[in-house]
Amino acid sequence: MKTLKDARVGDTITVVKLHGEGAVRRRIMDMGITKNVEIFVRKVAPLGDPIEINVRGYELSLRKTDAEMIEVR
Amino acid sequence: MSIKIALAGNPNSGKTTLFNILTGSNQYVGNWPGVTVEKKEGNLKGYEDVVIQDLPGIYSLSPYSPEELVTRTYLVGEHPDAILNIVDGTNIERNLYLTTQLIELGHPVVIAVNMIDLVRKNGDTIDLDKLGRALGCACVEISALKGEGCFEAAKKAVELARNHTHSEIPHVYNGSVEHALAHIEESIEGKVDSCYLRWYAIKLFERDEMVRKEVGLDSGLLAHIEKHIIDCEWEMDDDAESIVADQRYTYIERIIARAVTKKAAKHSLTLSDKIDRIVTDRILALPIFAGVMFLMYAIAMGSFPFSIGTMGTDWANDVLFGEWIPNLLDTVLTSLGVSGWLYGLVMDGIVAGVGAVLGFVPQILVLSLLLSVLEDVGYMSRVAFIMDRILRKFGLSGKSIIPMLVATGCGVPGILASRTIEQERDRKITVMTTGFIPCGAKMPIIGLFAGAIFGNSPLVAVSAFFIGVSAVVVSGVILKKFKSLAGKPAPFVMELPAYHLPSPRNVLRSTMERGWDFVKRAATIVLLSSIVLWFLQSYGFVDGTFMAVEDNNVSLLADLGKAIAWIFYPLGWMGDMAWKATIATITGLIAKEEVVMTFGTLYNYAGELSEAGDEIWGMIAADFGPVRAYSFMIFNLLCAPCFAAIGAIKREMHDMRWTVATIAYMCIFAYVISMIVFQLVGLFTGEATFGIFTIAAVAALAGLLYLILRKNKYADTKVKVGV
Repeated sequence: MKTLKDARVGDTITVVKLHGEGAVRRRIMDMGITKNVEIFVRKVAPLGDPIEINVRGYELSLRKTDAEMIEVR
Repeated sequence: MSIKIALAGNPNSGKTTLFNILTGSNQYVGNWPGVTVEKKEGNLKGYEDVVIQDLPGIYSLSPYSPEELVTRTYLVGEHPDAILNIVDGTNIERNLYLTTQLIELGHPVVIAVNMIDLVRKNGDTIDLDKLGRALGCACVEISALKGEGCFEAAKKAVELARNHTHSEIPHVYNGSVEHALAHIEESIEGKVDSCYLRWYAIKLFERDEMVRKEVGLDSGLLAHIEKHIIDCEWEMDDDAESIVADQRYTYIERIIARAVTKKAAKHSLTLSDKIDRIVTDRILALPIFAGVMFLMYAIAMGSFPFSIGTMGTDWANDVLFGEWIPNLLDTVLTSLGVSGWLYGLVMDGIVAGVGAVLGFVPQILVLSLLLSVLEDVGYMSRVAFIMDRILRKFGLSGKSIIPMLVATGCGVPGILASRTIEQERDRKITVMTTGFIPCGAKMPIIGLFAGAIFGNSPLVAVSAFFIGVSAVVVSGVILKKFKSLAGKPAPFVMELPAYHLPSPRNVLRSTMERGWDFVKRAATIVLLSSIVLWFLQSYGFVDGTFMAVEDNNVSLLADLGKAIAWIFYPLGWMGDMAWKATIATITGLIAKEEVVMTFGTLYNYAGELSEAGDEIWGMIAADFGPVRAYSFMIFNLLCAPCFAAIGAIKREMHDMRWTVATIAYMCIFAYVISMIVFQLVGLFTGEATFGIFTIAAVAALAGLLYLILRKNKYADTKVKVGV
C-alpha cells in the first residue's frame, strides 16, 4: 500500500482511502483530503518533517505519521 | 427586539478584520464558558439593536476541538437570527466546506466572499449569482482589508434576519445518503427542535457522540438508525463520516466548476509560493528564522540605536517612574502633610513595586507589535512548520520556540507570546516552562555568584543557560505524560496561509489588547504584593515594640525569613546565610534583580550597589560555599518567576488552578534540582554530609528519572492501517 508518506517532493498523486480513526482523520478530511482528490507534494520541512502539500488550491502541512494514514496512488 | 448575527468562517479568512470593521470599538471580549477560547461580541456600527457575535475561526463543525464545540453549541443553542459567513475567495473550495455545514443549520446565511480584490488580481472570476443560487443563500463580495463591501454584507444579514428569510437547504448528498437521512429524520422528528432536524440527522448519520448523547434516543431507535447507516455504508463501501465529507467536497467541486473560473494553471507558483520557496527552503529556512528572531529581539529588547523597546523601558524606569511620578507624588503627599508611613507606602511600596513592572510595558508593546505583524503576515505558521520536528518531542509545538526565545530577554512578553499556539496542550506546556529560561533580570544573580565565588568564570552563565533550557526540555517530557496535559492527540494538520500584507488596524488592536491586558492583570497582583512586601520590610519588633525600622535585619521580613529558612535546609542554606538567602528569594518575586539589592541591604552595604553587587562579593564568599551558592542560584533561576510573569501566566492560562499549578510545579522542580545538586555534589566537595537528605536527594533523582523515562500512557494513538 502506497501512502502519502512515501510520495516524493514534486509528485502529484491521488487519494485512494483514508485509514486510521478519530480526530486526526476527521481533521484531515475536513481540510479537503478526501477520496479521489489530487495532491501535489510541495516540499519537506528543513528538518525532514512535516511535509507541505497543495490540495484544493491551498497549502497544507502535516506530519509524516499523519501522512501515513492517507493511501494514495 | 435585538438581532443577533453570528460571524463564522475559517481561520485566516479575514474574520477578525471584518469583525473590527463592523463593530469598531464597541467590543466586549470575554471567554466562552468552560474553555480558554476567546469570545468577542459587539454592536454593528449604526445599528443599536444588532449584535455581532464573533465565533472562533474553524474549518468544520466536527466535534473535536474546543473551538468547534463552542461554535456548534452557540449556533444550535442560541438561535442566532442570521449567520454571516466569511469566505476566502482565493481559497474558496475549502472555505465552502464550512459554508455547506452552516447552511444545513437552517438559519438565514449571507456569504461574504472576502479578498475579492486578490481574486480579481489573479485574473479569476467568481459568479456570485450562480454561487448564491446553488447554495440557496445571498452572496456579497467584500475586501475586509480595504474595507469594501463589509457593511453591505452586514446589512444583507440584518435584512434576512428581520424578514426571517431562511436559506434553502441545498442538495448535497446522493440518493442512498438522502435515503438514510430521510429515515433518520423521520425517527427523530419531534425529539429535536424542528428547524435543526436536518442538522441532527446528518450528525447522527456521522455517529457524532455528542449529538447522540444530546438527543438521548432509546436503544431501539438507535439500532434502527444504525441499520440505515450500515446499509448506506455497505452500498457506498466507505464509513459514514467519510461519505459525508466526500459528498460535501464533491458537491462543492460541482458548484465551483460552474461559478468560478481560474486563470492560472494548476500548481503554478503564486507570489506567496515564491516567497515560501526561500523562507522555508531546506538550507535557508533556519538562518532566516534566526535572523527574524534576532531582529525582533534587537528592536524590542536589545541595546542598539534602533532598539525602541529598550529606549521606552529605560525612559519609563529612569524618567517616568524614576523622576516624574515620584516627584509629583512627593509634592502632592508633602503638601497634604501625610504621615510618614503613608508616604513610605506610596513611594517605596507602590511606586517602586508597580513602577518596576509597568516599566516593561514599552518593551512588551513593541514585541507584541512585531509578533502581531509576523502573525498577520502568515510567518508564524511557517515557524511552526520549520521547528515542529524538534519541539514536538518535548510536548511543545513548533510555535513554542518564539516564547522561549523572547523569554531570554524577558519572561513576561515570552509567556504572552504563547498566545499564537492553537493547541491547548502545547500552549499550556509552553506557558508552564517558559519561565525557566534565564531572562535579563536573572543575569545580575548569575553575575553576583560568578563574581563572588567562581572567579568570574563565564562557565557559570553558560551553565545557567544550559540548566534553564534543560529544565524546559525535561519539564516538557515530564508534563506531557500527565493525564491533564496528555489529552487527545493534537493533530498537526496546519494550513500555511498565503502571505499577505498585515492589516494595520488588526495589528494595532491586538498590540493594545495585549499591552492593556498585561497592565490590568499584572498591576493587580503587583500592587497587592508590593504593599505586603513593603510592609514586611519596613516594620519590625525592636526590643519588643512594633515600629518602623530602617534596618532590614530587624524587619518583619527578617523574622519571616528566620522562621521559614528551615524549609531550605536540604538545599544547603544553613547557618547565618539561610535567612538572608530566604529573604532574597522572596524579594526576588518582585523582580529577580531585587535578589542582589536585598543581599546589599542584608549585608549592610550602605552605598549604591553596582548591578552585579561587586561590593559585597567578599561577604557573600565568606558565607556561601561554592555548592551552596550554586544551589541558591539554581533555585532562584528556576523557582516561581517575578510577579509580572506570574500575572502573564494567569493571563494566558485564564484559570486560577492552572496558574497555581504552574507556580507550584516551578517551585517544586527548582527545589528538587537544587537539593539534588547540593546533596550529591556537596558530598564530594565536603560541603554536605551524608545523612537523611542524601538519601532524599537520591530518591528525588530516581523519581525524576522515572518521570522522564516512564512510558507515556496517553501517547498519540498509533495509526491503525487497513481498518
